[in-house]
Amino acid sequence: MDYVLLIIGAVLVNNFVLNRFLGICPFLGVSKRIPTAMGMSGAVIFVMGMAAAVTWCVHTWVLAPFGLQYLQTIAFILLIAAFVQLVDIVMKRFVPALHRALGIFLPLITTNCAVLGVAVMNVKAASGFCKSVVFALAAAVGFSFALLIFTGLREKIERADPPRAFQGVAISLVTAGLLSLAFMGFNGLVK
Amino acid sequence: MSDWLTPILWIGGIGTACGAALALAARYLSVEEDPRIERIANELPGANCGGCGFAGCADYAKAMVTADTAATLCPVCNSESSAKIAALLGRSVEVSERKVAVIRCGGNDSEALRRFAYNGIADCAAAAATGGGDKTCTYGCLGYGSCVRVCPFHAIAVADGLATVDPRVCIGCGKCIPACPRGIITLAPAAASLHVLCSSKDKGPVVKKACGVGCIGCTLCVKLSDGAISMEGFLARVDYSKPLTQDVLVEKCPGHCIQKIG
Repeated sequence: MDYVLLIIGAVLVNNFVLNRFLGICPFLGVSKRIPTAMGMSGAVIFVMGMAAAVTWCVHTWVLAPFGLQYLQTIAFILLIAAFVQLVDIVMKRFVPALHRALGIFLPLITTNCAVLGVAVMNVKAASGFCKSVVFALAAAVGFSFALLIFTGLREKIERADPPRAFQGVAISLVTAGLLSLAFMGFNGLVK
Repeated sequence: MSDWLTPILWIGGIGTACGAALALAARYLSVEEDPRIERIANELPGANCGGCGFAGCADYAKAMVTADTAATLCPVCNSESSAKIAALLGRSVEVSERKVAVIRCGGNDSEALRRFAYNGIADCAAAAATGGGDKTCTYGCLGYGSCVRVCPFHAIAVADGLATVDPRVCIGCGKCIPACPRGIITLAPAAASLHVLCSSKDKGPVVKKACGVGCIGCTLCVKLSDGAISMEGFLARVDYSKPLTQDVLVEKCPGHCIQKIG
């Protein structure tokens, strides 16, 4: 039951994009077409789950025992960036099909604040290894969920005819705001 | 250990470990790629228009090196970069003729009539699906700019309900051809300047009722053009493989549909 609440909380109630406002740049950047959004979603789910596992290990076994928690931001950035690069190289060698599918999105995630955010939040919540990884995966699913909804809306808007002043990014930002408001409706579902 | 040494050692250690892991991975797990692929990709325009039939310039470069694909498929490359690519591949390449897209319709809103007020999605395919399109002529350009949106080079513009190609900007990638639900866009040699800007296969009286600049099928141009224009039913068509230089046709054409572009 704990895990069910954790997942619902991360996907819907405290959605990373629409409630915590993390990972906004890919949210706006790769939300023009559904296939690219799917590629990005897959890459984010993969990287966030793995990064949470790596950062948890380093935090628990290195940073905490030596009282270096104040260095967590720089250490996590270092780890995530190196880890994503490593995954990129390994994947290109052993799973070329998946590498082609995720393509450019993998390196792009290196600097995604949602990945760093989930690592920092795990530390703050002081949760165990399993819980950390499940939370990270749920948060990534929430990100993908928001991204796909938003992409669907943008594809429709592309065909619509908004007033001149609203065309392009302006109407996209308004849509994102409305979507975020809609997600606020989940508040109170999980305490 | 002192307060400042521990963090330096640990962060430095983590950094070094990550660096070493990456270096090892790059050394032992790297995938050998032909260095020519990158150099050819640099010679290609990098617009990723898809005019060659591949998923982008890098993909096409890879195909040229690994699969012996012809080096002449890129419609954007000028002769200089084509020669460089050929040298990199070690084969001779004959340069293909430059082509531009021509929209075979001249019926803008002051010439061609519309049957009803279309108020739906601003897209040619959607307009064509609504009662056959709002233009009285069922062959002509609808002017909702589907071709404008797919053009990677911004060479097409819609003015007065009619799309026109700027031949100086167009590189002939052909992306607009499948985007047109009427199928009236064609590729013509950039050197050809005279075009029949009409696609209506209707008989003369029907054309005349719908549009002020339609081909009425009088066959006058066929007689004056030394075989470069022929009739296809009630519509004159230019055969671009033959020279067509009779500028007088522009004035002589009673339907005013032969025009000089470029």
